[in-house]
Amino acid sequence: MTLDALLPLAVVLTSLLPGIAIFWLAERDTRLRTTLNLSAAIAKLALVVVIGRGVLAGEIFETRLPFVPGADLVLRADSLSLLFVSLSAVLWLVTTVYAVGYLEGSPHRSRFFGFFSISVASTMGVALAGNLLTFFVFYETLTLSTYPLVVHRGTPEAVRAGDLYLRYTLSGGVLLLTGTAILYAAAGSIEFTAGGVLGELAGRRGLLIAAFALLIAGLGVKAALIPLHTWLPVAMVAPAPVSALLHAVAVVKAGAFGITRVIYDVYGIRLADRLGVTSVLAVVAAATILYGSLKALAQDDLKRRLAYSTVSQVSFIVLGVTVVGKLLTIGGIAHLVHQGLMKITLFFCAGNLAEELGIHGVRELRGAGRRMPLTMIAFTLASLGMIGIPPLAGFVTKWYLGAGAVEVGSSWVIAVLIASSLLNAAYLLPIVRDAWFGEPSAPWPARKGRFEVGLWLLLPTIVTAAASVGVGLFAATKLSPLAMAALIAEREIHP
Amino acid sequence: MTGAIGWAILIPLGGALLAAAAGERASRWIAALAAAATTCAAIGVAASVARHGPSRHPAGGWLAPLGIELRADGLAATMLLTIAAVAGLVAAHALADRSRAAACARSCPLWLFTWAALDALVVSGDIFNLYVTLELATLAAVGLVADGEGPDAPRAALRYLLFALPGSLLYLLGVALIYGEHGALDPATLGAHVGASAPDTAAMALMTAGLCLKAALFPLHAWPVLAYTRASPVAGALLAGLVGKAAFLVLVRLWLEVYPATFTSAAGPVLGTLAAGAILWGSLHALWQPRLRAVIAYSSVAHTGYLFMWFALGTRDALAGALFVVMSHAAASASMFLATGAIARALGHDRVEGLTGLAHRLPIPFFALALAGTSAMAMPPSSGFVGKWLLVRAAFETGHRLWAAVMLIGGLLAAAYVFRLLRRAFLPRPAGEPIAITRSSGGHAALALALVAIALGLAPGLALDLLRGGSAP
Repeated sequence: MTLDALLPLAVVLTSLLPGIAIFWLAERDTRLRTTLNLSAAIAKLALVVVIGRGVLAGEIFETRLPFVPGADLVLRADSLSLLFVSLSAVLWLVTTVYAVGYLEGSPHRSRFFGFFSISVASTMGVALAGNLLTFFVFYETLTLSTYPLVVHRGTPEAVRAGDLYLRYTLSGGVLLLTGTAILYAAAGSIEFTAGGVLGELAGRRGLLIAAFALLIAGLGVKAALIPLHTWLPVAMVAPAPVSALLHAVAVVKAGAFGITRVIYDVYGIRLADRLGVTSVLAVVAAATILYGSLKALAQDDLKRRLAYSTVSQVSFIVLGVTVVGKLLTIGGIAHLVHQGLMKITLFFCAGNLAEELGIHGVRELRGAGRRMPLTMIAFTLASLGMIGIPPLAGFVTKWYLGAGAVEVGSSWVIAVLIASSLLNAAYLLPIVRDAWFGEPSAPWPARKGRFEVGLWLLLPTIVTAAASVGVGLFAATKLSPLAMAALIAEREIHP
Repeated sequence: MTGAIGWAILIPLGGALLAAAAGERASRWIAALAAAATTCAAIGVAASVARHGPSRHPAGGWLAPLGIELRADGLAATMLLTIAAVAGLVAAHALADRSRAAACARSCPLWLFTWAALDALVVSGDIFNLYVTLELATLAAVGLVADGEGPDAPRAALRYLLFALPGSLLYLLGVALIYGEHGALDPATLGAHVGASAPDTAAMALMTAGLCLKAALFPLHAWPVLAYTRASPVAGALLAGLVGKAAFLVLVRLWLEVYPATFTSAAGPVLGTLAAGAILWGSLHALWQPRLRAVIAYSSVAHTGYLFMWFALGTRDALAGALFVVMSHAAASASMFLATGAIARALGHDRVEGLTGLAHRLPIPFFALALAGTSAMAMPPSSGFVGKWLLVRAAFETGHRLWAAVMLIGGLLAAAYVFRLLRRAFLPRPAGEPIAITRSSGGHAALALALVAIALGLAPGLALDLLRGGSAP
């Protein structure tokens, strides 16, 4: 095995091994733990850069380990996995910085960071999985390693949220396993291949449709498609870095990414279209977009409002990859990154507000802009991006989705886009307005340090906000997520 | 007897006799040495099989069909290693416990004897020898149960014996019938002659029924559950982890080498139905047991179902899956019993509600319980997942969708009963209880066993290659 062939495995191990090591560190070894965490995250970024250069030049890196009869454990870096890996690797670094600041002085940090790293390792596995079984293995380890994070606070409320989380994700896992086993039994190994691998089974319509339904239902739980989304708002009891992980880095993304893989690399968009399954999924995605936005409007708790916003936003990815059309594909895949950057910024801001000012409800934000200007600028930029104001990230996505819809003549997609943008504005703009122009009901507590909030919390917020602006402003450059998405669409989906 | 294969039986047997005769201190040393040497012998057999393929060793120079023949094939080698890993770590747990030196000295001849009987069983070549070794394992197990804690241990042991006896009688009756018909006991001869005649069919039905009873297959599972909940942690680990699998392994040998296709195709669906019953019944009962040991006992009932599912599926991959479940559950259930022992010792009881806040109070036993639980609910990356994946895929391949569904639902139920235990551990500890009970709660062997169950799932190729290295699967 050459060194190149070990790179994908190294990407997984750079968070798995530190995760295992961290469990054994004493609670008070803060400095050692942080050093270990950050150096691992930086090492991973370096690896991703190396892989990225190769992949952009047309190379493919593959680690293949023997697993069970008929299926290897395959980690492969192609352009689609590179996009997800880069996103998660970057966000892991900023979220780790944020988490170190957020959890300062709280109990059980070794356990927290241990499971946090293992969650990221699982996400890397999900991103790099080269066949359906490998994907399933990491998809399930992601469930197991995020559960302790969801219940981290150990309150009865957190444990109840954990119960709901498990009930949904484990049931989803069983559905995914069923669909996977059916396909493996019928077709042998299911290696992810551009254009799909099920051509031989095209005659067995019933089997293909049943397996598709099972796979998508299993993935839809994590992607929070209605009616499988209820766990996500409840899981908001977890600490802010965990919400960031669930919403932007790992869990929800793993579901959306899996749907992308199933449609493009297992079935192939043409076969899926012929079976008629994508149009059903597109309707579910559209319904999720609208329903999530409507529910967000009704939430008074800031984090719950953001959670329903995720429900809605992630389905843009699903919508983009289910409707046939190159521009739609580009929009959907680019949104995987765009949504991640914007949403993590919003959750960091919510965490800052809760940490510094004890704010949890959307009505308590009046005047927060003057007390925490940088946080609220970040919040405002991410909100405007979500709504789709040019030239921010959300606008780029929606533009491509809209243009794609025009291209293929699906005018109903445009109607969904417009309605959701209006709803996004309706649930985000009042918060922004109140924060800048409202009057606080009581004077804010005095600053604890030199900055409006601890530097470990403030810096990641600024970085992700800047990034979410940057990916929109510089969307036309060669290394932007949009350019990557276009490359993926060009190379692997619509050649 | 030739080479390591004989030593794998003789060393623990001799160790058991010496330890029984020696004094308290000496017996523990003897037990430790015997455990280490037996493990080496098992590794020797496995290495030889991996390198040179399967081999046969006539005991005392007599060849089949007259003599006693020992066989080292892939199945035997894999099981010898499994027994060595589980029994060895259980032994380490028992011997490391200095506070109960006297009890340990009393019980170590028993577990060495169990070890010898199980080793002999997996290398036995003919159907009568299989009977003898199965009986020896059962008798040793009765002794282990009787040695348990609490006043009703002897009663549980008696019950165990009373239920195991009819199983042995049925099997022996079948062996006698077959011997009367064909005048042979070795599988090679029998495989060529046993057919669909009435006496043959009756004999095979009797032997199969007897083995199902001995394996405690649903609906005849009540007696080991009682025994597991009364036995000491060490005994529970050996019984649920190893002795409970012995009858299944015997039946696998018969199925592969003796039974004709006419019989297996008729009996397969029957066993599949019982297996499905075991999976659902065992998992559902595990859901509401108030005590940890009872949860693990019912989990074992369910896992017996996964093993017997192979008889309904019949493919090579499915057999690899079932044997993987044997290995995985041997390590995982032994780990859970030892972890339960550590928890019960610290808390004074093993009630499920006592687990509240345990994640920080007893981190090592808790971690062992969580990892072994991952394997019990067949979640990746554990060995339990590999076994279940092979079984479920085989079920879809052979068109047994119902059985696939039962196994998948069983996995979900297992997740429910495992997380019912784990979730409590994250809750705040009860008011007034100390934060950490003790640093050395004695769960290290449990953790090691749980890691074995996980490691097997990370690199299943090693075990699968060894299994294939022999002729059996």
